[in-house]
Amino acid sequence: MGDWMTVTDPGLSSESKYISQYTSETKMSPSSLYSQQVLCSSIPLSKNVHSFFSAFCTEENIEQSISYLDQELTTFGFPSLYEESKGKETKRGLNIVAVLNCMNELLVLQRKNLLAQENVETQNLKLGSDMDHLQNCYAKLKEQLETSRREMIGLQERDRQLQCKNRNLHQLLKNEKDEVQKLQNIIASRATQYNHDMKRKEREYNKLKERLHQLVMNKKDKKIAMEVLNYVGRADGKRGSWRTGKTEARNEDEMYKILLNDYEYRQKQILMENAELKKVLQQMKKEMISLLSPQKQKPRERADDSTGTVISDIEEDAGELSRESTWDLSCETVREQLTNSIRKQWRILKSHVEKLDNQVSKVHLEGFNDEDVISRQDHEQETEKLELEIQQCKEMIKTQQQLLQQQLATACDDDTASLLRDCYLLEEKERLKEEWSLFKEQKKNFEKERRSFTEAAIRLGLERKAFEEERASWLKQQFLNMTTFDHQNSENVKLFSAFSGSSDWDNPTVHSRPRQKKPHGAPSGSPVCTSKLTKSLPASPSTSDFCQTRSCVSEYSSISVLNTTPEESKPNQVGRECTNQKWSVASRPDSQEGCCSGCSSTHADAHIEKDDLP
Amino acid sequence: MNFSEVFKLSSLLCKFSPDGKYLASCVQYRLVVRDASTLQICQLYACLDQIQHIEWSADSLFILCALYKRGLVQVWSLEQPEWHCKIDEGSAGLVASCWSPDGRHILNTTEFHLRITVWSLCTKSVSYIKYPKACQQGITFTRDGRYLALAERRDCKDYVSILVCSDWQLLRHFDTDTQDLAGIEWAPNGCVLAAWDSCLEYKILLYSLDGRLLSTFCAYEWSLGIKSVAWSPSSQFLAVGSYDGKVRILNHVTWKMITEFGHPATINNPKIVVYKEAEKSPPLVLGRLAFPPPRAAAGPLSSTESEYEVASVPVSLQTLKPAADRANPRIGIGALAFSPDNCFLATRSDSVPTAVWIWDIQKLRLLAVLEQLSAVRCFQWDPRQARLAICTGGGKVYLWSPAGCVSVQVPGEGDFQVLSVCWHLSGDSLALLSKDHFCLCFLETEQGVGTAFGQRGDHM
Repeated sequence: MGDWMTVTDPGLSSESKYISQYTSETKMSPSSLYSQQVLCSSIPLSKNVHSFFSAFCTEENIEQSISYLDQELTTFGFPSLYEESKGKETKRGLNIVAVLNCMNELLVLQRKNLLAQENVETQNLKLGSDMDHLQNCYAKLKEQLETSRREMIGLQERDRQLQCKNRNLHQLLKNEKDEVQKLQNIIASRATQYNHDMKRKEREYNKLKERLHQLVMNKKDKKIAMEVLNYVGRADGKRGSWRTGKTEARNEDEMYKILLNDYEYRQKQILMENAELKKVLQQMKKEMISLLSPQKQKPRERADDSTGTVISDIEEDAGELSRESTWDLSCETVREQLTNSIRKQWRILKSHVEKLDNQVSKVHLEGFNDEDVISRQDHEQETEKLELEIQQCKEMIKTQQQLLQQQLATACDDDTASLLRDCYLLEEKERLKEEWSLFKEQKKNFEKERRSFTEAAIRLGLERKAFEEERASWLKQQFLNMTTFDHQNSENVKLFSAFSGSSDWDNPTVHSRPRQKKPHGAPSGSPVCTSKLTKSLPASPSTSDFCQTRSCVSEYSSISVLNTTPEESKPNQVGRECTNQKWSVASRPDSQEGCCSGCSSTHADAHIEKDDLP
Repeated sequence: MNFSEVFKLSSLLCKFSPDGKYLASCVQYRLVVRDASTLQICQLYACLDQIQHIEWSADSLFILCALYKRGLVQVWSLEQPEWHCKIDEGSAGLVASCWSPDGRHILNTTEFHLRITVWSLCTKSVSYIKYPKACQQGITFTRDGRYLALAERRDCKDYVSILVCSDWQLLRHFDTDTQDLAGIEWAPNGCVLAAWDSCLEYKILLYSLDGRLLSTFCAYEWSLGIKSVAWSPSSQFLAVGSYDGKVRILNHVTWKMITEFGHPATINNPKIVVYKEAEKSPPLVLGRLAFPPPRAAAGPLSSTESEYEVASVPVSLQTLKPAADRANPRIGIGALAFSPDNCFLATRSDSVPTAVWIWDIQKLRLLAVLEQLSAVRCFQWDPRQARLAICTGGGKVYLWSPAGCVSVQVPGEGDFQVLSVCWHLSGDSLALLSKDHFCLCFLETEQGVGTAFGQRGDHM
């Protein structure tokens, strides 16, 4: 409230100033007093005057009034209403001109004041409305403030709650952790206790065992014995040898021999695997060189110096490759060289392929936006529309035919009617024929149009293809031109990577190997044992073995006068071709019965012997 | 597929000789040796009591019959029927007996694992090995029969002794970093020994023949660990099945894990073939009901037939809810076996007892799942090819090969509940064992069929 007061204070004070000014003026003019009385009732003098006299000036008090007015006016700075007196004693006369002037001036003043008052009033009004508005605003803002404060408090409360919860959870987690720790400790302590007890018991048990052993041994148990009719010779025909230091040494020797043999075997296998892998690597390298070098030719002519290093490297390698079989030496430098060159080329190939991929995708994207495709779509739409029309026409014709036939079928035997109908029909037929021919013509036209459209579409397709080919070749050309620089780039990158020792180059090579291996392995004609696993694990047994036995079953059962027919066994054989299909030969009773009967007769002699048994 | 007649059997004791020529089976106290192809009885031996264990010597010349209750081992010779040998462990008792690879020594484990007695058939010598450890798999011979690895326990620590089988000399002796060694197994090449801790701790250790620790592997801590272990025939892979329902495959170069096979109860991948055994009520075709009904039809075929169906993914398998409060919970990989060609791995998760998972080792992915109607009892690979025989304790035997699956009803009177299967060395025949019977199933090659015909012709 205080704020508001201070804001509106100057206005108020100015207003009051106006009023006070005004009242002081009205004191002077009794005529205007009437109108101003309401406003300024606080003036005691005028009030008194008013109460005592109905009018300010009467016949009797003209002189006094005048003098009073003069006095008043002079105090307000107006010229005196009296003429200039020549002498002190002489009574001064009323100056009419001055009175009039004064009056005029007062009137002017009055008007001005009225205007000012009006202005002030409007301003007051304005200010009042402004104030109202501001008050409203204030109230609204206050409300907003209140709500936001409340919201804030709510949020704070929630925050607090969440924090509380969090704290609780933390506490719980901690408790749980403690619990886990405790439990683990308990487990551990129990385990140690258990182990300890176990050990104690075991010791006791061992003592007992020892004692028992002694007892058993000491008793000179007659029963512990072996009765043999006669001793048999050793399996190897040798005689038992005495235990000496020599035999011990021999045993050691043998053990190491066995171990050595095992290691040698494993080493051999690893060597073989290595050789295999090397072969594959070599093959890969060769193929890479052959794949990459022709592409190098063109750019080389243009930008000889820039790509020189890579190409020379490759050629060097190629020369090396053709030169000899240093590959057999698994010397470290050679190995490094090989892997490095492969890696290099692989990188080149990879970037190349990636770029090609990018371009292909780009081409595709562009291709889809191409105009010719859209026009083709239009064509397709058109042809579709036409086809639809043709279909409709056909349908119409069909319905007409149907109607016709119906009419024909329902032709009554009444002669006249038939006659009538006949003529009618003839007419109709004629019309229909006409229509028919028209339709046919239309159809033909449609067909023709359609054909032309399809032809156009095909043509467009061909054109597009040619265009794309052209584009591809152009891109390739451009790309090849580009790659020369890229090679340089890749070279740089590679060098950088070599320095930084980043392993991200190694990974792609590793990942790519299996992919590369297959296609290259096949032509090399050595898929036999690329890895140890496949080598030592023989190929999974051919299903034919199983089939064979199965077929034997059917064969046997069919021979041995059983109900199984070849048809019955056939589906099984067919089913065996694909294991994923349902195949169950579960217990065919008839064949088994047969088997059973067959067997029982087979082993008739066994039966007899069996009977001998209790 | 032909089936032999049904013979009597007790305690599931039926074994083919290592050379594949004979088949030994036990009926109470009698040991019957038959010709594996004709099933004619070659020899018949009578022991002193109920036989509880039999084993062929490696050269197929002798058979050992253990009578644990009496603490006796009786050995029979196939060549000389009159030859006999009886080993009495006396009051020390007997809990296990086995041949040494040379077929001239017998290793007897006494009660309470006091000692292992090595009896020689060549000389009268007896040697003792003290402190053998009582564990799941404490004795293992290398495939070539040269070395024996033995788990031992002394002073509350686990040790492994490697002995030379030819003269029983100690070659290496080393302690293993295990809490409680549960088993040891040689790699088929005889150069690496895998040793694993008890199920309380997931730990597998790999030792070289000369006792060096090659590597250790631990997949996780705290929860129950290893349940089963299998070497691939090429010694390249070591499959470790654990209680978390996963099989982890280690490689032989770095001994690190190559892959992990989970056994989820739902199969979503459409590439995986799920064979589902489905019951099929025998179709009642009136026209085929002959009168009088054929002999077999009147017999035991009342048991419902079943066949395999290829289920379309996703398939959810029946899972058992394990009782967490019991010891030895029915979870984890209880059995796993590599096919002889290394290409496949068959596994069974004990929480999904009706299913057999078959994994492709070349591609390291799940290839097929066989869901049976009842819990899988055992499975065994054909020793010659990738063909798996499965039995579920019902009247059928199931065969899987990469080409597909078959279920075959075992013919015969009465229910023949196949509890175990045993392949012949050649993969031509399969012994099916029930509680007190066995029969042979001939997965004939052409030759086998021929001989069967010949036999039949002779006797008709």
